[in-house]
Amino acid sequence: MIAQPFEYHVPKTLAEASRLLAQFGSDGKILAGGHSLVPMMKLRLAAPKHLVDIGRIAELAYIREDGGKIQIGSMTTHYKIESSELLKGKCPLLPETAREIGDAQVRNKGTIGGSLAHSDPAADWPAAILALDAEIQASSPRGERWLPAQDFFVDLLTTALEPDEILTAIRVPELPERGGDAYLKLHQPASGFAIVGVAARVALDEKGSVHHVAVGVTGVASKAYRAAGVELSLRGKSPTAKRLEEAAAHAADGIEANGDLYASAEYRKHLANVYVRRALEKAVERGGGRA
Amino acid sequence: MATAPLLGQRIKRKEDPRLIQGRAHYVDDIKLDGTLHMTFARSVYAHARLKSVDISAAQAAPGVVAVYTGQDIKGQLGFVPCAAGIEGLKVPDHPCLATEKVCYVGEPVAAVVARDRYVARDAADLVEVDYEPLPAVVDPEKALAPGATVIHPKLGNNMAFVATLDHGDWKALDADKSLKVIKQRLINQRLAPISMETRGAIASYSPGEDTLTVWSSTQIPHILKTQLAIMSGVDEARCRVIAPEVGGGFGSKLNVYGEEGVACFASKKLGKPVKWIEGRRENILGTIHGRDQINDVEVYVQPDGKVVGLKCRTIADLGAYHQLLTPAIPTFTALMILGCYNIPNVFVETTGVFTNKMATDAYRGAGRPEATYIIERAMDLVAQELNMDPADVRMKNYPAPKDFPLTLATGVTYDTANYPKTLKKVLKAAGYAKLRKEQERLRKKGKYLGIGLSTYVEICAMGPSSRMPAGGWEYGSVRIDPTGKVTVLSGTSPHGQGEETSFAQIVADGFGIPFDDVTVFHGDTFQVPMGIGTFGSRTTAVGGTAIYQAVEKLKKKMARIAAHKLGVKPSELRFSDSKIQTADAANSVSFGEIVGEAIFAKQLPPGIEPGLTEQCVFEPANFTFPFGAHVCVTEIDGDTGEVHLRNYFAVDDCGRILNPMLVDGQVHGGLAQGIGQALWEELVYDETGQVTTGTLMDYAIPRAHQFCWFDNEATETRTPVNPLGAKGIGEAGTIGSTPAVVNSVIDALQPFGVRHIDMPLKPEKIWRIIHAQRAGG
Repeated sequence: MIAQPFEYHVPKTLAEASRLLAQFGSDGKILAGGHSLVPMMKLRLAAPKHLVDIGRIAELAYIREDGGKIQIGSMTTHYKIESSELLKGKCPLLPETAREIGDAQVRNKGTIGGSLAHSDPAADWPAAILALDAEIQASSPRGERWLPAQDFFVDLLTTALEPDEILTAIRVPELPERGGDAYLKLHQPASGFAIVGVAARVALDEKGSVHHVAVGVTGVASKAYRAAGVELSLRGKSPTAKRLEEAAAHAADGIEANGDLYASAEYRKHLANVYVRRALEKAVERGGGRA
Repeated sequence: MATAPLLGQRIKRKEDPRLIQGRAHYVDDIKLDGTLHMTFARSVYAHARLKSVDISAAQAAPGVVAVYTGQDIKGQLGFVPCAAGIEGLKVPDHPCLATEKVCYVGEPVAAVVARDRYVARDAADLVEVDYEPLPAVVDPEKALAPGATVIHPKLGNNMAFVATLDHGDWKALDADKSLKVIKQRLINQRLAPISMETRGAIASYSPGEDTLTVWSSTQIPHILKTQLAIMSGVDEARCRVIAPEVGGGFGSKLNVYGEEGVACFASKKLGKPVKWIEGRRENILGTIHGRDQINDVEVYVQPDGKVVGLKCRTIADLGAYHQLLTPAIPTFTALMILGCYNIPNVFVETTGVFTNKMATDAYRGAGRPEATYIIERAMDLVAQELNMDPADVRMKNYPAPKDFPLTLATGVTYDTANYPKTLKKVLKAAGYAKLRKEQERLRKKGKYLGIGLSTYVEICAMGPSSRMPAGGWEYGSVRIDPTGKVTVLSGTSPHGQGEETSFAQIVADGFGIPFDDVTVFHGDTFQVPMGIGTFGSRTTAVGGTAIYQAVEKLKKKMARIAAHKLGVKPSELRFSDSKIQTADAANSVSFGEIVGEAIFAKQLPPGIEPGLTEQCVFEPANFTFPFGAHVCVTEIDGDTGEVHLRNYFAVDDCGRILNPMLVDGQVHGGLAQGIGQALWEELVYDETGQVTTGTLMDYAIPRAHQFCWFDNEATETRTPVNPLGAKGIGEAGTIGSTPAVVNSVIDALQPFGVRHIDMPLKPEKIWRIIHAQRAGG
């Protein structure tokens, strides 16, 4: 388990990191925690000639409130998110999701930005980011731009980031009034990744009907997705148990599911239905409604 | 007043401070001047002819010192040895580096030696092998079919051996129409042992002295020394093997591996130390695997639940070559197939089969987990068929405690046991009757609670030499130095179990001296003159007894010296509180004073040699047969098929318990591994012979957070086989737990009429059963 030779660079600033990335072109790869990239290198499935470790750029590790939203630096570790009092109060979906990632060692080193930019189809963050309608900040020498989460995940291990761009921050809305979040996951027993992971955010109106619902699903397809059919069938409705179940039955509509040793495509789709229903029930309950 | 005995106490482990603080030395921590590093280019094909192996690019890589292929070692390095003795066993040549062909993915094809391991690893990728792929033989049943590709053409076919054990009047049974015959195929899937520390070795040959020293992560330093001497051609007297700290083995290091042989060869050629440290992926591909049997079982049962006959046809997938004990392992399954039940008729036919896979061999339990799985699943099938409680079926078939020693139809003689006692105790601990009521209640609500029983007996303390391939005795010696400190040497080779502690308890208690005055050494063949090693739950029962008897010998000598000094009879003297004294304590002399007398030899009684050192080679008269009863409570998620472990109750009887904390540790770890087999673990080869679970991202070893609390208790039925009364506990948890979990899940699924599901019990398998029923109903 030894990687091929590579050079290791530790920029102190974002500008320096961008410069290095531009310099190395396709020979360069960003290291942002290393819990996906390094194992791939050790298995010799990836062999970048230059690693640019952005994990020590202090300006990229923070969690702060910013005009009704919460902004998180891309180099914030899973553990920092898991343990953030600010997030537990204002966006509990993120700490709840972080708790389900890997193990303590992974959570201490892995970063949210690294995970998102890697776009593993069974990673946990993409489900939550989608359910929160988060925005993702990409920075390059050309400037900064914010991408909506729904545009970010392109395909298996592929995002909308340009080669010269570095994922620098995530911005999420706070939990609204009468809102509830939930992240539920079936762990693949070897890797700890999601066989299915479902993040849900629900907000109820004064009468207790669903006025906002967003469901992110990971682990099932080649990339995480929003369960649009589920959302459509719930919006504006009263979240009765029966209705949640009916809505959840659309969790994998039109989705081409993955199959592997642990779960066939058919079973994954079924799991998506069950886990979406349970996540919705939990989110509704937390939002003050009764499923 | 005498000090409280240490035996039976939860004494903290002597070895823990250095292990916990990371100050212990494993093979890779040993740095010798001038060390070269070796790595292997391994086969990417399951079965292929080697047309050519081009090493020129690897040789030319900067920093590479040497590259060896099978052709280089031919005639200079012996084959990988197999010690199993089975009548008619076919043994294929097993070169340390492939010569003509490769027979499994991961088989070493070339060895690259370089100035550091990084250079070696990169250069291994430069070895160009021209393979001519051959059809891969993956399914052991198809391997036996006529016309199957033959892996070792010289051997004629893929059948390595057939061993038959037949003791039964089958005509009478078949004629008896009152008997029910229950048939079931059971699959015991292939597993990877995955010790925390992978394999590794340093071979250091000194040309001037013609000596070979090998540090290896091994469970059997003495056997390894003999075998490496034979393979490498260095006189055994000048070979030394050292097992430094070893980070687990689970049987996988009860072996002699080709890589160790190549390290010796390379060091001999180059005159420098050569280090090889296995990577995790290599560990999954190229370290022995465990289990992998297909068992077709038939049970003959009376209407009252009394089982009168058991037949089993076993196909054991041995892999491509034999490792040290490969073919012997499934024969242990046959020996122990009757479990705790005195079933008068037994038939077991075991067929060992070559396939294009890594060899199977001893993995924690080694043949007995398979046996226990067969008999304990069978007992539950009987209960299901006759609509009886599984506990009642077991009680009905147990021999009574007074029946021991008991020779079974298998020919094995169990030493002593009380099976009803452990079962009753575990049922009480679990609240069995209440659980059954709760199960009933929950079923009405559409919830599925499972209650699974397993009552096992295993064969331990291996073992009498007459029944072992290479000796079943063990060596122990005890020496007291002038300062009164005691040095204990053991021929066993513990690698995490904690015998530095339990052995010191035996010695400190024996002499009545402080625990801290005793130091235990093992693992170095220059320090410990002879030994067998650590496996088969033998270390305490056999190795500990050797030490106990060496202590007794030394005490006799010391008592004679003390008696001479005190003017009493040696038989009047007792050892306690660092004194040697008469029973009434009227006459006493300090332990240290007699140590001085013995070593400085100023006034020794006539006929007594100076010095205080004694050794013992203990030959046990029989194996021991620890037993136990487990209850596993599971909850099944009816929507997804997920299995949740709710409770686990274990009552294990390992004979006399020397240190309950060490026993708990062995039980806990064993349960984790046994439950792992039931629920998660499976080493999968696809139809082309590629390993699809080749990393820990795919191969599911158990994690602590997946378990419920283990409620474990003990009963103590001491064995008469050794003076300590200890039976062994190293494998019990693994052996007992797998069927308990499977029985629990099947029990939970009774509303669906489920008879059997093969391991691992992945959620999808369970969901499909429930789903089909719900869809159909």
